[in-house]
Amino acid sequence: MGLFFHIGRYASFLRSVLRRPEKASVFRRLLAEEMAAIGLQSLGIVALLSVFMGAVICIQTAHQIGGWIPVYTIGFTVRQTMILEFSPTLIPVILAGKVGSNIASQLGTMRVTEQIDALEIMGVNSAGHLVLPKMLAALICIPFLVILSMGLGIGAGAWVAVSAGLSSMADFEYGMRIDFNAFDVTYALLKTCVFALIISSVSAYHGYHTSGGALEVGRSSTKAVVYAVVIVMIANLLLTQMLLG
Amino acid sequence: MIEIHRLSKSFGDQRVLHDISATFHPGKVNFIIGRSGSGKSVMTKCTVGLLEPDHGHVSYDGRDFTAMDRVGRKAVRQEIGMLFQGSALFDSMTVEENVMFPLRMFADHSEAEMRDRAAFCLERVELPHAAAKYPSELSGGMQKRVGIARAIAMNPKYLFCDEPNSGLDPQTSIVIDNLIGDLTAEFNMTTVVVSHDMNSVMEASDFIHFVHQGHIAWHGPSDDLLHAEHPELEAFIFASKLMKKVRSNPPANP
Repeated sequence: MGLFFHIGRYASFLRSVLRRPEKASVFRRLLAEEMAAIGLQSLGIVALLSVFMGAVICIQTAHQIGGWIPVYTIGFTVRQTMILEFSPTLIPVILAGKVGSNIASQLGTMRVTEQIDALEIMGVNSAGHLVLPKMLAALICIPFLVILSMGLGIGAGAWVAVSAGLSSMADFEYGMRIDFNAFDVTYALLKTCVFALIISSVSAYHGYHTSGGALEVGRSSTKAVVYAVVIVMIANLLLTQMLLG
Repeated sequence: MIEIHRLSKSFGDQRVLHDISATFHPGKVNFIIGRSGSGKSVMTKCTVGLLEPDHGHVSYDGRDFTAMDRVGRKAVRQEIGMLFQGSALFDSMTVEENVMFPLRMFADHSEAEMRDRAAFCLERVELPHAAAKYPSELSGGMQKRVGIARAIAMNPKYLFCDEPNSGLDPQTSIVIDNLIGDLTAEFNMTTVVVSHDMNSVMEASDFIHFVHQGHIAWHGPSDDLLHAEHPELEAFIFASKLMKKVRSNPPANP
């Protein structure tokens, strides 16, 4: 019963969010602010995690292969792992923690301090005004972060492979190019776009519907991250089956 | 004029408002008073559309607000200003941006015109030098005054104030009360104030509705309040020692 209630309320919430913005100039300004908050402020964490993950995948692969498995497999594995799963899935999961909790706590605080009521009283569609710029900013920025993550992860893998003597640059590059399917990148970016919408809308839904005080804001923030991650994982399975199965 | 006709509201099994009817007069400060949990905030939220009543109608100058679609309500809401209990200022914006916000959203003014209007509103609430500050840099009373400046920015016909004096010292409360009274008269607004602060009621009210257990238990002009013969209202008014002293030693008429 609770699940159906939330699905219905989420659908109704999205309908309010997707209404035409009140004023284009205000919307553009909000979008720019959200892009800075979601995109620019996540650059550091995405870069750091991607570099370390690319390096770790390289070392693990080198450790696993031996004898009859060719060395170029290191480059191949780093590329495939970063493009197919790490960047398009784990980066959004990390962003669900960072961006999602931020969105939920921001909206939750605005709700409990009556700022959302103030918008409604003025005649502003509060859901659209507050959430649509966040969703659009996530849809624009997160795929760019994922592309950056792919590049940095593969680059870090190559650097570790060569500097630690696990593989030559030529072998790594050969493995990186072998059996490359451009659709893998399309698949990864399609997934990322869906995940971006899930993270932003689910977090916003939980924050927007907070009631109570500071304690509930914290609870909403936690719920937002947990639900966003679970839904991302379910969507990951479904999309992978649909696109690659 | 705002008219409420047979308004009912329940939350689950708990009925909060029971067929409430009331009229709020233009150019007057209309108070809704009552104990905590009596239903006065729910009544106000139903009146402005933040809550949907189960039954009943609310009309603004003859326009049935409860029967309106989203677009109709939006038009009426642009004629409403509201001061919230916690001020509800947008904390990411400066004071000036807060006051300009409704203008930016709905008025086709130039930037200079919006700044002029914000300056006028801030001047009116005696905060001309606070424009560049953020809400967190202001005292509670100053935040309330900025809330009033934002509420009057669009020249509203109706002003709602939810517990305007909560958390304020008595002297600052009087400043806010006087400001609400002056602005009501100056702009001929229909002002509705929700309060349980008897000092404020005595200071600023023209007309009073006393809400008790979801009913309008008493209503009338503020001059009649102290002579009203209603046990719950008497218990509410004379709850404090100060008011008990006022009753036993009424001040001599000047």
